[in-house]
Amino acid sequence: MIAPLVAQAAFAAALVDPALPVPPGIVSHRGDSDAKRFAVYRNNVHAGLVGVLAAKYPVCERLVGADFFTAMARLYVTDHKPRSPIMQHYGADFAAFIEGFDPARAVPYLADMARLEKAWSIAYNAADMVPMSIIALATIDQAAVPELRLASHPAAGLIRSAFPMGSIWSAHQAEGVVVRPGAEAVLISRPAMEVIVTVIPQADALFLHHLFEGAALGVAATAATGLSDAFDVGRALVGLCNLGAFAQPIQAIGSAHAA
Amino acid sequence: MQPANLPPRAGLGLKPQHYAEILATRPPIGFFEVHAENYMGDGGPPHRYLADIVAQYPLSLHGVGLSIGGAGPLDRDHLRRLRALIERYRPQSFSEHLAWSSHEESRLNDLLPLPYTPATLDNVVAHVDQVQQTLGCRMLLENPSTYVLFAESSIDEVDFLAAIAERSGCGLLLDVNNVMVSAVNHRLDPFAYVDRFPLHQVGEIHLAGYDETTDAAGDRLLIDAHASRVSPDVFALYTHTLARTGPLPTLVEWDNDVPAFAVLAEEAGIVDAALEAAARRHQPRERVA
Repeated sequence: MIAPLVAQAAFAAALVDPALPVPPGIVSHRGDSDAKRFAVYRNNVHAGLVGVLAAKYPVCERLVGADFFTAMARLYVTDHKPRSPIMQHYGADFAAFIEGFDPARAVPYLADMARLEKAWSIAYNAADMVPMSIIALATIDQAAVPELRLASHPAAGLIRSAFPMGSIWSAHQAEGVVVRPGAEAVLISRPAMEVIVTVIPQADALFLHHLFEGAALGVAATAATGLSDAFDVGRALVGLCNLGAFAQPIQAIGSAHAA
Repeated sequence: MQPANLPPRAGLGLKPQHYAEILATRPPIGFFEVHAENYMGDGGPPHRYLADIVAQYPLSLHGVGLSIGGAGPLDRDHLRRLRALIERYRPQSFSEHLAWSSHEESRLNDLLPLPYTPATLDNVVAHVDQVQQTLGCRMLLENPSTYVLFAESSIDEVDFLAAIAERSGCGLLLDVNNVMVSAVNHRLDPFAYVDRFPLHQVGEIHLAGYDETTDAAGDRLLIDAHASRVSPDVFALYTHTLARTGPLPTLVEWDNDVPAFAVLAEEAGIVDAALEAAARRHQPRERVA
């Protein structure tokens, strides 16, 4: 008898490598080794993981069509096996894979769409937390505000792209969305029960980017003003708080969590 | 140890695309079943909706990632996650599979077969013991659908499952579609399988649709697909089972190409009719020769 661990190792190896023969001792009712029967397990593993990717990246699938998406996802699945039984974690680096996948170059924004959809999936499953309200900021000593550091809400994700990602995504959710060429910054967040995808001004996005990177509020605002004279830190904070961008509590400079 | 106490009614798998419709229309479904691994995120709509559903319907928690048939040790982190889910939602039943899906660090995302030998029996019994002790409840173990056999197997599958239940005290989940799939694939009599099965240990039945292909020799090969209505031959085997057991909680599994909720509800209605007929006609010794 083959030791069970060794036998399962051989089974697992043959599952992920179609070039390997059916492991010894695995037979049909006729007693023969039947590659077509073993291939059912290979196909289940691959088709199952392709299905996980299709469910997580539905707009990507529509952008390239189901056949192209399946072929691309199969290549990803071949080299990327899940490390967790929780499939919502699978495919986290699919965008990076797409970026290096030459046949996908015809849709240059495909990788950014994968980033957006990954952020949507994270937001959908993120911990429940009431986002920081603008009222909380008003209670702070105003002289200390420029030194504040704000933590991102667990559901919040920022995508800054050279392409109109928010509009393209919206066009796949509802009729009548007009997509105009040009860069867009998108905040994915969950201020209440449902995930929302919002196109935000570029200066607000740069401001938020610096805040999410751990910069003090004053530093982030200066960077945003450098991008656009029209940037208004108060108006941006009100808007971003309403979208659920920040977690509570506020972390003042010098705290243990300051980056 | 709490007993499995799902109602002897038709249940459906809970799908995110149906959350809102179920809560708005409150369809007369006996229970809902979820895959535990789909509710292991930190928060968000899945938990919010599940909490609302659980407030109105009995829940069956069905694991697909524990790898109870794995030769290596069980994943303690995964067991802790399951325990947290059970404490949070208090399901009427927890079930898992006689299968493995993890090898060391690799998760294979499928329910893989194991040989039936005295050594693998000891290992599975030890794993079921550990699961029941950690989770603090009796679990149901599901019979697999298989496409291959192991030359080294020395124990019949029904005897193997009966021995696990006997030694560990777990209950069994009888997947009637899996019985049909495996019986056709290995040229066995599915009715004889059910007739030999320790039916008094069965706490839940699963039904599903299968796909069909052929193997390398051109022999008929059924695939456990969960992508269509329950096949007529599986339904006949189901009513044969009910004639022996009386009504049991019965899940219609439809996990791929999931249709509109109305189609699932229609399948549940067909199953409920069979359960009502079984309740009217059930006489425990009627079929015993």
